[in-house]
Amino acid sequence: MSRQGMRSTDPKKVNSELFTLTYGALVAQILKDYENDDEVNRQLDRMGYNIGVRLIEDYLARTGSGRCYDLRDTADKLQMAFKMYLSITPSVTNWSPAGDEFSLILENNPLTEFVELPEGHGGLKYSNILAGVLRGALEMVQLEVAAWFVQDQLAGDSCTELRVKFLKRLEDAMPVGED
Amino acid sequence: MADDVLFELLHMEMTISIFQPDQSESKRSSISKLEQIGFCTGYRLVERLTKDWPRFKDELDTMKFICKEFWSCIYKKQIDNLRTNHQGVYVLQDNRFRFLTQLSQSKQYIEATPKYLAFTCGVVRGALSNLGITCIVTAEVFSPPTCKFQVQVQRI
Repeated sequence: MSRQGMRSTDPKKVNSELFTLTYGALVAQILKDYENDDEVNRQLDRMGYNIGVRLIEDYLARTGSGRCYDLRDTADKLQMAFKMYLSITPSVTNWSPAGDEFSLILENNPLTEFVELPEGHGGLKYSNILAGVLRGALEMVQLEVAAWFVQDQLAGDSCTELRVKFLKRLEDAMPVGED
Repeated sequence: MADDVLFELLHMEMTISIFQPDQSESKRSSISKLEQIGFCTGYRLVERLTKDWPRFKDELDTMKFICKEFWSCIYKKQIDNLRTNHQGVYVLQDNRFRFLTQLSQSKQYIEATPKYLAFTCGVVRGALSNLGITCIVTAEVFSPPTCKFQVQVQRI
C-alpha cells in the first residue's frame, strides 16, 4: 500500500545532511576522546589529509583537468572542486602581493549547518577537516601548501575564511638504485 | 553524484582512525564508538526525513520505512530482503552493501568487516530509537558484499 501524501525526499539534500550529521557526530566523538581543542584540530586535519589524498583521484577522473599553470589556476580549480563536492562556490580573494597566498571565503559552510559550538571550545576549528583535505589533495599533485582557517562563522566571525599558502613544488624523488 | 564519494571517504577515514590499534583501547570500545557516532547520525537524520510523513501504523510499518526510504537515502538502494519472526526480531539483508563493495569479495578479509558495519548498526538503532522503538542491532557478513542486520526489539 502506498502512502498518501508522501513527499519524495530530495536525495541531494539528504546526502548533504547525512554528510553534515555524520561529520558532526564524529567531531563530538573526537572532542570526547581528546578533550583538548588543539589536539582535536590536529586530528581533524590529519583525517582531512587522508581523505584529500584519495579524493584527488576522484577529482581528476571526473574533471579530466590537466596541469595548472600558476597558483591562480589552482585556486580556480579548488573553487570548482568545492562546487562539485560541497555545492558551494567560495570566492577567491586576498591575494598576497607575491601571489603565493590566497583566501577562500565560504559564505555558507555546509559542514556547520546544524552546529553551535558549546562554550569553552573557543580554540576548536570545527571545519578543520577541509584544510586537511586541501593539503592532502594538493600534495598528490606535487604542490606543498599550508592551509588554515583564519575566520570562522561558528566563532562569531562574519564569514569563514580558509587561507592557503603555497610552500613549494614537490619533485618526484626516485628511490636510490632505480631509474 | 560527487558528494557520495565524499561521504564514503569520510566513513572510511572515520572507521580507520577510530579503529587505530591504540594500546589503551580495546577493539570493543572502538566498535562502540563508531556505533555511537552512527546512533547520533541516525537519530537526527530520521527526524529530518520523517518531518512530513504521516504516523507509522505499527512496528512492521516502521521497519518497512527503514528498509525502503531510509535505506535508499543512505545506501542508494533498498534492503533486498526483510524477514521477521513477528516477535520482535527483524533480519534485514543487503546483497550489495555500500560500505563493503570496495572490499575484496573473497572471505580472506572477513575479519576486517565488522568495523565497516558498526556505524550502520548505530544509524539503524538511532533511527528506530527516534521513531519510538528501542532495539539492539547487530550485523554479520557471510560473503561480502552481502550482509545481514539483525534488529531485536526490546519490549518493556
